[in-house]
Amino acid sequence: MLISVIFIPIGVASLLASRDVVEIVDRYETDCIPANYTGDELSFIQDPSSNKTCSRTLTVPKHMKQPIYVYYQLDNFYQNHRRYVKSRNDKQLRSADNANSTSGCDPEDRANGSPIVPCGLIAWSLFNDTYNFSLNNEALTVNTSGISWKSDRDKKFGDNVYPRNFQNGTLIGGKRLDPSRPLSEQEDLIVWMRTAALPTFRKLYGKIEVDLEANSTISVTLENNYNTYSFGGKKKLVLSTTRWLGGKNDFLGIAYLTVGGLCFFLAMAFIVVYLVKPRQLGDPSYLSWNRSPSGH
Amino acid sequence: MDHPFPHSSLNRIGSSRSKASGRNSIDGSDSSGAIANLGNLAFSVEGSRLSASTRQRYGSRGARSDGFASQKEISDEDARLIYINNPEKTNKKFEFTGNSIRTAKYSILTFLPRNLFEQFHRVAYIYFLVIAILNQLPQLAVFGRAASILPLAFVLLVTAIKDAYEDWRRHRSDRIENNRMATVMLNGHFQSKKWKNIQVGEIIKVCANETLPCDMVLLSTSDPTGVAYVQTINLDGESNLKTRYAKQETLSRMPEKEGIEGLIKCEHPNRNIYGFMANMDIDGKRFSLGPSNIILRGCEIKNTAWAVGVAVYTGQETKVMLNNSGAPSKRSRLETHMNREIVLLSLFLIVLCTIVSTCAGIWLRRHRNELDFMPYYRRKDFSQEKEENYNYYGFVMEIFFTFLMSVIVFQIMIPISLYISMELVRLGQAYFMIQDTWLFDEASNSKFQCRALNINEDLGQIKYIFSDKTGTLTENKMEFQCASIQGVDYNGKKASLGEPDDHPVIVERQVLRPKMKVKTNPELLQVVRSGKKSKEGKHAYDYFLALAACNTIVPIIVETQESGLRLIDYQGESPDEQALVYAAAAYGFVLIERTSGHIIIDVWGDRQRFDVLGLHEFDSDRKRMSVIVGCPDKSVKVFVKGADSSMFSVVDKSLNSDVIRATETHLHDYSSLGLRTLVVGMRELSSLEFEEWQSAYEKANNSLMGRASLLRAVAVNVESNLSILGVSAIEDKLQQGVPEAIESLRQAGIKVWVLTGDKQETAISIGYSCKLLTSDMTQIIINSNSKESCRKSLEDAKTMVKKITALSASALRIPVALIIDGTSLVYILETELENKLFELATACSVVLCCRVAPLQKAGIVALIKNRTDDMTLAIGDGANDVSMIQMADVGIGISGQEGRQAVMASDFAMGQFRFLVPLLLVHGHWNYQRMGYMILYNFYRNAIFVLVLFWYVLYTAFSLTTAINEWSSVLYSVIYTSVPTIVVGVLDKDLGRRTLLKYPQLYGAGHRQECYNSKLFWLTMVDTVWQSAVIFYIPYLAYRHGTVDGSSMGDLWTLAVVILVNIHLAMDVIRWTWLTHAAIWGSIVATFVCVIIIDAIPQLTGYWAIFHLASSGLFWANLLAILVTAMVPRFLVKVFNQHVRPGDVQIAREAEKFGNSTGYSALDVEMNTISEPPQER
Repeated sequence: MLISVIFIPIGVASLLASRDVVEIVDRYETDCIPANYTGDELSFIQDPSSNKTCSRTLTVPKHMKQPIYVYYQLDNFYQNHRRYVKSRNDKQLRSADNANSTSGCDPEDRANGSPIVPCGLIAWSLFNDTYNFSLNNEALTVNTSGISWKSDRDKKFGDNVYPRNFQNGTLIGGKRLDPSRPLSEQEDLIVWMRTAALPTFRKLYGKIEVDLEANSTISVTLENNYNTYSFGGKKKLVLSTTRWLGGKNDFLGIAYLTVGGLCFFLAMAFIVVYLVKPRQLGDPSYLSWNRSPSGH
Repeated sequence: MDHPFPHSSLNRIGSSRSKASGRNSIDGSDSSGAIANLGNLAFSVEGSRLSASTRQRYGSRGARSDGFASQKEISDEDARLIYINNPEKTNKKFEFTGNSIRTAKYSILTFLPRNLFEQFHRVAYIYFLVIAILNQLPQLAVFGRAASILPLAFVLLVTAIKDAYEDWRRHRSDRIENNRMATVMLNGHFQSKKWKNIQVGEIIKVCANETLPCDMVLLSTSDPTGVAYVQTINLDGESNLKTRYAKQETLSRMPEKEGIEGLIKCEHPNRNIYGFMANMDIDGKRFSLGPSNIILRGCEIKNTAWAVGVAVYTGQETKVMLNNSGAPSKRSRLETHMNREIVLLSLFLIVLCTIVSTCAGIWLRRHRNELDFMPYYRRKDFSQEKEENYNYYGFVMEIFFTFLMSVIVFQIMIPISLYISMELVRLGQAYFMIQDTWLFDEASNSKFQCRALNINEDLGQIKYIFSDKTGTLTENKMEFQCASIQGVDYNGKKASLGEPDDHPVIVERQVLRPKMKVKTNPELLQVVRSGKKSKEGKHAYDYFLALAACNTIVPIIVETQESGLRLIDYQGESPDEQALVYAAAAYGFVLIERTSGHIIIDVWGDRQRFDVLGLHEFDSDRKRMSVIVGCPDKSVKVFVKGADSSMFSVVDKSLNSDVIRATETHLHDYSSLGLRTLVVGMRELSSLEFEEWQSAYEKANNSLMGRASLLRAVAVNVESNLSILGVSAIEDKLQQGVPEAIESLRQAGIKVWVLTGDKQETAISIGYSCKLLTSDMTQIIINSNSKESCRKSLEDAKTMVKKITALSASALRIPVALIIDGTSLVYILETELENKLFELATACSVVLCCRVAPLQKAGIVALIKNRTDDMTLAIGDGANDVSMIQMADVGIGISGQEGRQAVMASDFAMGQFRFLVPLLLVHGHWNYQRMGYMILYNFYRNAIFVLVLFWYVLYTAFSLTTAINEWSSVLYSVIYTSVPTIVVGVLDKDLGRRTLLKYPQLYGAGHRQECYNSKLFWLTMVDTVWQSAVIFYIPYLAYRHGTVDGSSMGDLWTLAVVILVNIHLAMDVIRWTWLTHAAIWGSIVATFVCVIIIDAIPQLTGYWAIFHLASSGLFWANLLAILVTAMVPRFLVKVFNQHVRPGDVQIAREAEKFGNSTGYSALDVEMNTISEPPQER
């Protein structure tokens, strides 16, 4: 009973919060393949010379209050794969003195005889699609600073560690890093290196710090560089506002309501049972040997 | 058959107490074998060669074949030769060990390998070692090196430190022991020498109250007759004095002056304390040595100024060292069941691993073309010139590795910590049992002892109790009650406590008084006082003289604080004899002094010296003892006392049939009162008869071959044509609270069987007085002398029982009591009749076995134990109970009057029989309930964690990533969740002590295995799957398509699991103490702290994750949802069960809580009788 009293309001509140969130999701990885490459996405994406630019238009369904978070969502990308999560070296990321410690990073530990900074598969596969937004032909600025955890910038990624020998191997995995900026300032890398828990995940790309009116149209110019075609992954662009429960997810609210309702129902059932067939608590005559007529 | 111990003073002398029969049996002709076995069995606890062979035999017939008591001449090959006072020559040929002892197990060098070797005897450790090793292979490294080895290393280290400390203490005590000083003959003088330097063959002098440094043969003592008294408390725990004799031939030799040379040929070292065979050659004369000529290491010399002996066994070869072994290890029923479930869990583990590896195989197969370039897989390494597979060993190997890795990841499915927690819990339970004031015996100031630490919970499932009678149900404090002298009954009804100064005994102006006062019958006292004038007086004189003389009691004078007053303390091995001598003293026949040659008895102030010309000790064939005494008036008399059955056959029937008839009537009267009776007889020997006897006696005594049988023949010869002096009756008082205790146990559904060596009448009367038998019972008595008659009576009995049960099916049930004697058991045990007996006995509510031999006791226990799953408990106090105590699932020793052998062999030891009630009904119930719950909870706790890991693995492309930090998984069963289970396992009480004692029926919970059974196990497992799914899927669904990173998710799962299992525990805790609170909530807090610490290490990937997580509302909403949702089904089932199908325990608990006081007044009465201080903890 008590549980239902607590749970139902929480459920309602979280459901409301979730409903309040405005979310725009745009899946683009198939649409951004030029028609002549259909069926041969791999050669398209692997061809450095092909034009990867792609335009998308998004309609804002409801008024969106700032900050509006811009995420990219990858499906079927196992950032939690054992081979992948281990392929990094936190020592190297922290300080320039440890540039040579690349243990655990193979096969992306060294290239052309010298160590890679940052090494490992995670850094190597850094997401490299880019998005440019414009509203009514006026560019929308996307603020890409402050998207990573402050704790990561301060402690995990050194401000004296500069990318070196990065993406110089035979196989380019993803984005190249600006060798003149320290890792602590490369926030897209920092976000990427916080590997996702689940195979479908979103990562913060940036924030739009203006309100968007309902029914306004945003045009997105994106560079479709990242190769998810090799494993059939999906790519989505997400714009979302946020509430106290985070993004849009009805599950928790429904769960609370269900459990609360169930508890309420069961409590009622018990009360009915109790009223229909009461049992005096601690009545010795109920003891098994008192009930059977022959005694023990 | 020859008696193995010709001179054993260890045989209880002269009592019909078959109880005394620690080494006694009913079936005469075979008993000595049984005795020998027992002596050995008692001390070869850990299944030595000898006991292994004897344990298999329970019928006393079978015992015959144990041939170590053979009378063969010791051949040179199996003998050790000892040249007296010539250690060089003695030690030249044979390498006898030195006298230094070593109880320590390890030296500094051997410690590490040996200790590890011993620790790895546990299968569980090996399992973990294998997993740790697997984890070291680079292909399989799931956890970091440190994290994988740490838990095992921790456990090993703790155990090693404990072992090392214990061993260091042993080293220290060894050193002290080895450096003690002894007086040893060196070059003709006695000099001091360290114990460790003593060699075989050396002559050693020991003074009063000194401890013996090695086993030695007595050469001479301060006593002119060569008697030495030793206290064997360190050896067998018996506190009374035992007499040992030096041989006449060596007595007069003074080694200091004339030197002594000779050769002792003795058997090789063995662990039989009561056996020694040797012969000694001195001056060309050869004579044999027996167990009464040897004094053993660890004993103390008492009442003897000095004793000189020659060392025969030293150091590790001494009997005390050979007997240095602990109690047998038993395994609890619960643990056996638990192992079955552990096998199930391993199967479960294998299933999980197979699922994972199969899925991984399918995944690899489906993506086989993409693996090379997949950013998160990257099979190919492109950094080298040649493209190579990186960390990929082919499809099949990958699957295989996945399987092994999943074993590593899911390893804690097998709850390794369970073993350690169980040990700790048992330790805690034992502590509370030991500290329990209800189990404290104030009379003997003895605490409850837990000698076996691994069967605590078995106490909650006992179905059969096999109890010894004397000393267990009764106090074994003998009190002289009645006398029948020449057919005149002087019973104790009119008795009064005699004035102590009635007849003071004055020696050197000091008053001597017996230590114990005995009630005397004034009428009889009057008769005795009248002296030998009247006929009755004459008879009474002889009667009490016989009581005072015919025994092996040693009077010891004890100084008191009062000047001029000394007490006589009668020391002896048989409490019956003590009682008789005290009684004689109360009637004015005070035994003052005993040497091997004479005794001095003060008869109403007149000191008389009697020469003890010969002594035929008690043996279980004759069931009597006799002493040949030269009286002051130069007449020679034989005094005999013994069991009625044996005495009436040697009585001169022609003398007075009236007296005999009257005596028989009295005997019957006494024994039906539950008294222990002895018949005393006498004969005066003519000089011719005496000489005849003397020559035969000496011949027999000096013979080497078959001395025991020769002596027995002599004894039988002289113990004939006796005139009956009378009958003595000794009361063996029931212990306090025994009837109530038996009633409680019976109500609890426990069957109490009494196995006693006593006579049938005595046994039945005791049965009545302790309410084991009641008048409404139908008694079935089986006394048979052949197999055929046994079969017949068994069949008759069975049909009768059937009839009775058929009759009583409708109306009230008529209980049936089976009374069976040892002779019948001889024909039943180990034959096909056993099954019949079993069926019959289990149909009866009471079984009483009388006249049973020690091994038969074990046989009866085995009868039940081998045929049912029910737990058996044997309780006893004497050496004769040792075999049954070791046979039963739980053995309890009563630390009573009869020495400590039973205690040494037992699993638990306590002071009184009635303590069984709180022990079983209260502690047994608690222990069982706690342990059962704890095991289930541990299974649940580990399985839920594994399952959470498993669910996650399904979402990592089956690559066995764990979201939960590896340190958290290591600490999970060590810090996060271990303490509360242990605390709850030690402290939780489902019901109060009062309730448990009030409703003994509640004990049935253990019989019905309510707290641990397969159904509960499966229910728990289903619940576990549900809870783990909730833990995993609620956050999964809530964070799906979110930005959450692996470490945060891991932290959430860690916290959710820990909080959930702790709340789960909290929900089941019944009695909260501050410790429980501290443990449960403390664990949750500790987990938070640990997670925070782990996340504050920047080197780890999860750095600061917990802080980000905790700042979001989603996290807390998730946590709450998990906890409630996971608990709902369990809570529901629990409430439903409690309301609709309440168990007895549940109702009793409610009664306790809501305190309906109606029933308590009756309880208070009962409780006060059972135990004094009602103290709730």
